[in-house]
Amino acid sequence: MNKQVASFRRSFQPWDDIDATPFIEFRNVTKRYGAVTAVNDLSLKIFEREFFALLGPSGCGKTTLMRMLAGFEEVSAGSVLLAGNDLVGVPPYRRPVNMMFQSYALFPHMSVEKNIAFGLKQEGMAKADIAARVSKMLELVKMEAFAKRKPDQLSGGQRQRVALARSLAKQPKVLLLDEPLGALDRKLREETQFELVDLQENLGITFMIVTHDQQEAMTVADRIAVMDHGRIVQTAPPTEIYERPQSRYVADFLGDINLVEATFAGTTKGTVSLETSQGGTLKTVGDVSATKGDVVWFAVRPEKLEISRTKPASGDNLFFGEVWDIAYLGDQTAYRVKLDNGIFVKASVLNTRVDVDNPITWEDRVWLSCAPDAAMVLSA
Amino acid sequence: MKAVWNGVVSRSVIWLPYLWLLIFFLAPFVMVAKLSLSEPAISIPPYNPVLTLAEGPAGWWADIKRFSLENYVFITQDSLYWRSYLSSVWIAFVSTFLALLIGYPLAYGMARAPRTLRPLLLMLVILPFWTSFLIRVYAWIGILKKEGLLNQFLLWAHVITEPLTILNTTTAVYVGIVYSYLPFMVLPLYANLERQDLTLLEAASDLGCTRTQAFWKITWPLSLPGVLAGCFLVFIPVVGEFVIPSLLGGADTLMIGRTLFDEFFLNRDWPVSSAVAVILLLILVVPIMLFQRSEARSREAAS
Repeated sequence: MNKQVASFRRSFQPWDDIDATPFIEFRNVTKRYGAVTAVNDLSLKIFEREFFALLGPSGCGKTTLMRMLAGFEEVSAGSVLLAGNDLVGVPPYRRPVNMMFQSYALFPHMSVEKNIAFGLKQEGMAKADIAARVSKMLELVKMEAFAKRKPDQLSGGQRQRVALARSLAKQPKVLLLDEPLGALDRKLREETQFELVDLQENLGITFMIVTHDQQEAMTVADRIAVMDHGRIVQTAPPTEIYERPQSRYVADFLGDINLVEATFAGTTKGTVSLETSQGGTLKTVGDVSATKGDVVWFAVRPEKLEISRTKPASGDNLFFGEVWDIAYLGDQTAYRVKLDNGIFVKASVLNTRVDVDNPITWEDRVWLSCAPDAAMVLSA
Repeated sequence: MKAVWNGVVSRSVIWLPYLWLLIFFLAPFVMVAKLSLSEPAISIPPYNPVLTLAEGPAGWWADIKRFSLENYVFITQDSLYWRSYLSSVWIAFVSTFLALLIGYPLAYGMARAPRTLRPLLLMLVILPFWTSFLIRVYAWIGILKKEGLLNQFLLWAHVITEPLTILNTTTAVYVGIVYSYLPFMVLPLYANLERQDLTLLEAASDLGCTRTQAFWKITWPLSLPGVLAGCFLVFIPVVGEFVIPSLLGGADTLMIGRTLFDEFFLNRDWPVSSAVAVILLLILVVPIMLFQRSEARSREAAS
């Protein structure tokens, strides 16, 4: 069963299918608060059963976008569609969408089971059915033992579970999660991330999560939309967004990146040649819409740079400098190397062995290199 | 010796409040209670002391045996007293309800007003305290009397053809009480409502509540400690209210505070009026204790 789910997951790419109809659609949505534009002419398609993440720094408009889908904010322009129906003007209590709040927003005067039953009672569901659904939900989030407790008698992690159960109780078509794990400590957060993924797969509900934590987005999501100043800068699955970012903003927001400004020299047989201001040549692969002489950026992630005291045999993309800082992080070691032209470059090496003979240390003169296909070229 | 003294000083935090209560609450109460057990007399002061400290312990015992409950018996026999008590409690009850009816929307509006406007609104509620209570009640005489502002306005607006008699009726007492005690209702309610987390309402709306349903299912139950505090803060002092019924009320407005005053200053019957006061306190002990308990519970919930 699990294998099937896994394989389904691997082949789950409705966004690549031009015939697939989107489940949620934002069409040219704009939201203004007075003179401030929180969301700016944004269009986005999300598909059924997708786990979609909105990622961005605080104030980028990601929460506003989600709140417009929940109905707490009205759009200033454009439309929001769910399963083909325009949601504009529909109050939150009539939308088949439920939200899990960042603060959990559990009702403090009600027990755990009353909190979970709240939406069902509101729907007018029969008492016996409510009881059955509530116990199912409690089981789902493993909180059976806490049914009679009040929210203030629970730990942060337990509250998070109750909030999740309450938002799932009405079996919404879409579950919105606003920074759902922000209040948990790191260990619990990582565990819960995987639980969320499993839950979403089993329930088959479309999930939309808002987060500023890139690691969280990459762990849970099928696709990530990176937002900046009310616009989506790039929408892609985690691998693509990390390995093939379309701009320096996205490359820098997700993980670390080294950027070297260069001019575009030309493409031959798929290899892109760039010239640095010092007259050196850098080589990479990829599509770039640039003409000779345009300013572009050579970009390489720290873990894709190789560091050695001897000059590597292959002559591509070589940098030479002095080790300035070393950060031993346990699983990896991060080096900050000052090149002879004054630029700092970051490189990291996985610590695959316990003892290393003659390790690279401060003030060593080292070579950094990477193959052309380990680097990329960014034009924006 | 020094250690003992240090102990006394360091425990002062504990015994000082008790000392305070002893001096300013228990001692006067004992004096009134003692007075209520004595007999009236034509003298200064107008009663025969039942207990004099000069007699020494042996004399005190003889005195205690001579305590009479006659004043209490008298109070139960004359219907004036229990009618006054009942009427006071009823007036306090109705006034509290009216104050809640007016105070809740007021506090709600204040708590939901723009953040920058709230201090101003709070100020407006507190502002009347800057004027003497007595003067404000007198002002109501000017408004409510036959040729007063209210009648003039209603005549001018052709709502009525003849001036209404409001002053010196129980209606005027209600107006005065609700006006005077409204801040005591509004302030605890505002403190509660302002503290409420508005995302709870969003959550309720997300789970299928209209705004009205969300109010009754979330806002109202969560505001109950504030409602309770406000009601007790109005009810308890209104039961013993004297100034408002005597200035705005008529001859038929029975309130125990007035009865007590008349007994004390017109009849000069100190023992009976003391007995009236003791019973008033006993009546109020129940709501006061309920109030204390609910306060303690909400403090516990807040911490």
